[in-house]
Amino acid sequence: MGSSLFLQLLVNGLIVGTLYGVVAMCFVLIYKSTQVVNFAQGEFLLIGAWTCWWLVTSMALPFYVAFPMTFLFMMVFGIALQMIVLRPLIGEPVISVIMVTIGLSIFFQAVMKSIFGVWAQPFPEIFPVKSVDILGLSVQPAYLMSLVVSVVIMGAFAWFFKYSRMGLAMRATAFNQQVAQSLGISVKAVFATAWAISAMVSALAGVVVGMVNGVSSALSFFGIKVFPAVIVGGLDSIIGAVVGGLIIGVLENLAEYADGQYLHVGNLYTVAPFYVLVIILMIKPYGLFGTKTIERV
Amino acid sequence: MISSSLIPCGQFKTTYAADTTIFLTPASRYWCFAGILLAAASPLVLSNYLLALMIQIGFYGIAALGLNILVGCTGQISLGHAAFFGFGAFASAWLNNSFGVPVLLAIPLAGVMTTLLGLLFGIPAGRLKGLYLAIATFASQFILEDFFARANWFTGGSSGAMANPISLFGMELSGDKSFFYVVLFFVVVMYLLGTNLLRTRDGRAFVAVRDHYLSAEVMGINLTKYRILSFGISSFYAGVGGALYGHYLGYVSAEGFTILLSIQFLGMIIIGGMGSVMGTLMGTAFMVLLPEGTEAAVSTIKHFTGDIPALTSALAYIKEAAIGLAIVLFLIFEPDGLVHRWRLIKSYWKLYPFSY
Repeated sequence: MGSSLFLQLLVNGLIVGTLYGVVAMCFVLIYKSTQVVNFAQGEFLLIGAWTCWWLVTSMALPFYVAFPMTFLFMMVFGIALQMIVLRPLIGEPVISVIMVTIGLSIFFQAVMKSIFGVWAQPFPEIFPVKSVDILGLSVQPAYLMSLVVSVVIMGAFAWFFKYSRMGLAMRATAFNQQVAQSLGISVKAVFATAWAISAMVSALAGVVVGMVNGVSSALSFFGIKVFPAVIVGGLDSIIGAVVGGLIIGVLENLAEYADGQYLHVGNLYTVAPFYVLVIILMIKPYGLFGTKTIERV
Repeated sequence: MISSSLIPCGQFKTTYAADTTIFLTPASRYWCFAGILLAAASPLVLSNYLLALMIQIGFYGIAALGLNILVGCTGQISLGHAAFFGFGAFASAWLNNSFGVPVLLAIPLAGVMTTLLGLLFGIPAGRLKGLYLAIATFASQFILEDFFARANWFTGGSSGAMANPISLFGMELSGDKSFFYVVLFFVVVMYLLGTNLLRTRDGRAFVAVRDHYLSAEVMGINLTKYRILSFGISSFYAGVGGALYGHYLGYVSAEGFTILLSIQFLGMIIIGGMGSVMGTLMGTAFMVLLPEGTEAAVSTIKHFTGDIPALTSALAYIKEAAIGLAIVLFLIFEPDGLVHRWRLIKSYWKLYPFSY
């Protein structure tokens, strides 16, 4: 019993971890290119998932139509958010930028709750719910699909940053805004693209999680879990975000295992990542892969 | 940020001592006394409901002042203020219930306990700044919330703790009217202490750390010491405010001290004006009255359109959304807060018919 449960939790951790990794990647994308810490990342998942859910259930659209529409909506949403709210704050102190994203997060969460209610709504069945057996472990197909989707997204990110023109422009902007601008890169366009991509990919993650667990405001908790992941990985490293996400996902499930089997303190599942966060911040604030440029005092 | 307010003509200072008085002008001193007197007389006129709102402004205002000293004056970000506020509430109830410490003494003692906790959680502040500190305090909020839910001996666990009302000379001060005076007393004392702190060497050191930490260090300010000290002081304020909150409600439970309250505290000081003592109180009043204002607005809409069930059921969320929206709008349109707006109004009337 013990070891099979352990394995099961490990696999769960890896799957949830890849999702954390994807969301963390979106977070890092925004931080890296626009220097904004996005506390509203979880709300992107929430908004994306609710939009898709609404299109599929209330509008009765087939999933393959609703999904691209959600994507389109999130793209517009991300760009609008950047242009209306974040652009006036360029050059303001860190606290203002942090507080604006926190304010947005409260606002969107409340708006979503008032529109769609607080209860979890199940997604109509798109993939079979029956678990499949892989090496004696039962895994939900939606989870498997989320694993595949996550890996595809990660690959797409790698390709985007390495080979595409926009990706190159983004890397240049992240490296040095003024130099990038003098080379003819439109920093405004880069900022808008970063937010758009981040919103779209987060929405994708939101839809995937929504399919498995149902859509509810609990989705925004992903945005909070992102912080341990990005700090462990390093705030400005895309690879770090993926690794950090995996580590946090596995750690969370191991904490649950240790909790259930030996410690019996309860709730360790949610708090353990934050202990790790504080410890990492104390000993290695730039994380595993981050650049060591932060000022130490 | 804090800046010299409008000093009227003829108010020139010839000594350093005169330049660092608590009240910069005699007029501001008289206004302040008048304000306190007015507040003290208000229970005679105001209804219990309005009085309850004033009491809320009082204890939240005390905690918000602590946060303003930390964020506005020292430039350290804390996303975990509500946890310290809650710790103060639990600590005061615990001291009173377990050791029989009189409540009036337990409140400042709770403040001291919270200070110790704040110093402990402030240690990362000695090493981190800006965004990293924000994330560290964010984590400490969750860690403390978890502690509240778990530490049965201290908080009563999930069922919460009872907090006895304040008694003085055998009289129980439990009604809104009598509790109002207790809160008023604490507000006056804490705000005086806060204003006083900002004109001492330590207070000016905080501002120096905020404005340019390298220059501050060159001038002989121990950065680590002052950053952690600032955390301690802010926690003291949070603890006292929290203790008052606990004894006012008579019951403390962990659900009250979530991240949302932390954000509300930050909202208070942003809306009021960062680094301004006066602004803290304005911002707190704004934040406490905002849900009431929202409710009034919603009922006005309903008055014109007839009852909309969706609007009624969504009222709680509309209030929550209003908080977020207020923070965002203030940061975009008035980043210096209400206190700046107040100064603009004053200067407008000072020069009234000829504005140039």
